[in-house]
Amino acid sequence: MTEPRPAIGIDDAVLSLDGVSVWLAGREVLHDVRFRVMPGEFTGLIGPNGAGKTTIFRVILGLQPPGAGSVLVGGRPLDRHNPIIGYVPQKVFFDPDMPLRARDVVGLGLDGHRLGIPLRGGGRRQAVDRMLAAVDATHLADARVGNLSGGEQQRVLIAHALISSPRLLLLDEPLANLDIRAEGEVVALLARIAREQRIAVLISAHDVNPLLPVMDRLVYVAAGRTASGTTAEVIRAEVLSALYGQHVDVLRVHGRILVVSGAEGASGVTLEETPGGAAAPDVVALR
Amino acid sequence: MFSSFMVNTWIAASMVAVIAGVVGFFVVLRGSAFAAHAIPHGSFGGAAGAVLLGVNTILGLGIFAVGGALGIGWLSRRGRHDVATALALVLMLGLGSLFLSFSVEYAGAVYSLLFGEVLGVPSDDLLPMAGLGIACILAIAVLYRPLLLTSITPEVAEARGVRPGRIETGFLLVVALASTMTVPVVGVLLMFSLMIGPAATARSFTSSPLPAIALSVAIALIIVWFGIAIAYVTNYPVGFFVGTLGALSYGSARVWAARRRSRRVGASPGDDGPRLQLTAPLLRAAPPGR
Amino acid sequence: MSQLLNALFATGFFASAPVRAAVVVGAVVAVVTGAVGVFTVIRSQAFAGHALGEVGSAGGSLAFLSGTNPLWGYMGVAVIAAGLMEVLGVHRPRARDVATGLVLGAGLGFAALFLYLDTTSTSTTGVTVTILFGSLFTISQPMLPTIVVLSAVALVVIASCYRMLLLSSLSPELAAVRGVPVRAVAIAYLVIMAVAVSLAAETIGTILATALLVGPPATALRLTKRPGGAMVLAGLIGVAAVWIGIVLAYDSFYWPPVDHGWPVSFFVVAMVFVFYLGSGAVASLVRARRDRRVGDPSAMGESGCEPHVDADAA
Repeated sequence: MTEPRPAIGIDDAVLSLDGVSVWLAGREVLHDVRFRVMPGEFTGLIGPNGAGKTTIFRVILGLQPPGAGSVLVGGRPLDRHNPIIGYVPQKVFFDPDMPLRARDVVGLGLDGHRLGIPLRGGGRRQAVDRMLAAVDATHLADARVGNLSGGEQQRVLIAHALISSPRLLLLDEPLANLDIRAEGEVVALLARIAREQRIAVLISAHDVNPLLPVMDRLVYVAAGRTASGTTAEVIRAEVLSALYGQHVDVLRVHGRILVVSGAEGASGVTLEETPGGAAAPDVVALR
Repeated sequence: MFSSFMVNTWIAASMVAVIAGVVGFFVVLRGSAFAAHAIPHGSFGGAAGAVLLGVNTILGLGIFAVGGALGIGWLSRRGRHDVATALALVLMLGLGSLFLSFSVEYAGAVYSLLFGEVLGVPSDDLLPMAGLGIACILAIAVLYRPLLLTSITPEVAEARGVRPGRIETGFLLVVALASTMTVPVVGVLLMFSLMIGPAATARSFTSSPLPAIALSVAIALIIVWFGIAIAYVTNYPVGFFVGTLGALSYGSARVWAARRRSRRVGASPGDDGPRLQLTAPLLRAAPPGR
Repeated sequence: MSQLLNALFATGFFASAPVRAAVVVGAVVAVVTGAVGVFTVIRSQAFAGHALGEVGSAGGSLAFLSGTNPLWGYMGVAVIAAGLMEVLGVHRPRARDVATGLVLGAGLGFAALFLYLDTTSTSTTGVTVTILFGSLFTISQPMLPTIVVLSAVALVVIASCYRMLLLSSLSPELAAVRGVPVRAVAIAYLVIMAVAVSLAAETIGTILATALLVGPPATALRLTKRPGGAMVLAGLIGVAAVWIGIVLAYDSFYWPPVDHGWPVSFFVVAMVFVFYLGSGAVASLVRARRDRRVGDPSAMGESGCEPHVDADAA
């Protein structure tokens, strides 16, 4: 999945975290986080729940000041409002009775932060239609957003984030409440967006498997610490054991990855299924 | 009932209905029903204080309403929102009972303050009412987009530099402004009914925000006109009709919407898609397909 | 010592029968609403609690009109309203608020009608004020045992469904998975709240009913994370607020303007407020000291939701 990386200076990175630590209520929830996201790259932020993924997002969005370290967005230090970031939050709840259509929600992505009433300028409607088409949601444009399915609402929110032409798209656990088919559709859509529009995508998830086909790099978060690199570099027993602070095994079966806590006293093991072996049962990733 | 005597009432009531319809749309959208009830209700304490001091009641209403809105905002930052609203409300009413105990106020005046009075609109009040009303509409127009954005995705709003807390306080101030003008006709207790009923009803008929606001205004006007007409004839309080008609209109809209939904056959997008928000992680292991 | 007592308690305080009744009923009501109110706060149903109290007043005015005991009027209407709220829109918080608001609006509309009929038919003024604001010093003595019994019943019901109520309040999905009948529990809770609130509203007025339902429990939850402890603490705080309020109201007969007395509602609400703000100060002091002890206290998370209540360990 990875291409050879040309020598690029740090300024070209869309996002760069360096030595970021965060304390909340007296506890250190993030320790020395460092990774970089380059333009057009598809990066996964993987880790179990509670590891610190949402905190990292809040730091990137400028909602949580880091206790230590630096964050550069588009080469510039954090600001309250970074126009180059498009954000899709995790649990957005749309009341089914709410009188807002999909196109209204997408339109708010363009100018919802500005005062006043949206004017009837033709340009706005076209931009909204274009975005809806980009996420295959044209047929949903005039539907009440609260009545859409989880996957459809997801797409509307992605269009909402995309319409402001961001350079970095941040998605917080977008796959968490989707069934397997919708999950695949969203991943494919995001990969296409990253590729065609050269937008960097940083998506957090607790299961790495749905993202394996499209991910360029990943950042693994566990117990407030991170390791970043390619899948092959990061998803290894010794790396993850160091992060978790306990023995962890990594199993690969049929191209899927399974991370399990290791046996007592044993050092971590990385297993690969031998080609030509008997058909192993399909492994569904654990929470 | 259309004598020159009553003209003021019709004009005032129409203004109240328009404001209530517009502001009410956002009250329902944001789930601010409690605050929309608490602010006018608590402002009653200010009216009692105004009577005690011999000042115009509108002034007392306004000061307490604004104070209530700010108080709710302040307390919300330190605790739950509904707790903040309840505490602000009881504090204002507690002060109201204090002021009331000191003044020699006719119980009838208290009653019409609370529940509305058909016959009591002096011409002098119409212009200030109109001014307040226009101020409300302008404020809503200015806050329109951030209000919508913070209503659906406060996190995204925050990320774009909008402060949801400030927008909420601003909105509550608009509610305070709107409730200040309601006394002559509808009464502090039932103003909020006029804000909620029509707006909640309108949602069943349209999916777009601007038509919903227009419909909300229309329904509010119908309810108020109806209420005044019957109140004039029967002498029963206007508030009774406003409260019950508001609930009735919402109820009938819900029944109508439910019947229309059950008559539709296939699932078209935007209608009956499965709601996956509350799905437990257990579902991940299920076979694919919606 | 006796000088201190004389300064605090104006003459005749302990001898006065209305005062004694007020002290007993006030305490009973404070304990019940405090216990019930802990769940009201946890479930974010303060609006529903307040609404039930005010809708109850419609029943009270109807009872006044028909000459029946106002307590049954309050309670009957409040319970019906609780059922209506449940039917109209439970699952989503915002729909629930709209449903609560509409039931409240309709209830107040009827209250308007009944009060109008009250004043015109019986030509008694001041009914409005009494119904809405109530007075702790005018409790009818014969009702005392009934009030105590009803309060005890409410407390027993809460105690017996405690675990189910707690689980379904903190996590409805988890409760459903564990076999808790979440919908039934929700309805039962609304009814209990209706009973407790109407008890309070009929005796001490709707303002105090809301104040005691929300204030002391919110205060208690700031000071302890255990719901069981919070229920006890809320009761204590409520009783303290009511008793101090009674003392001050009685003493105020001697304050300017003399022989008039300030309303007890005002004092109790003021005390509730003082306790709530005080607990906030205490809580932030504790937090600041803890953070200073444990490393760099960088900015806390965003603006103010209180921490979720942790389930009782035992």
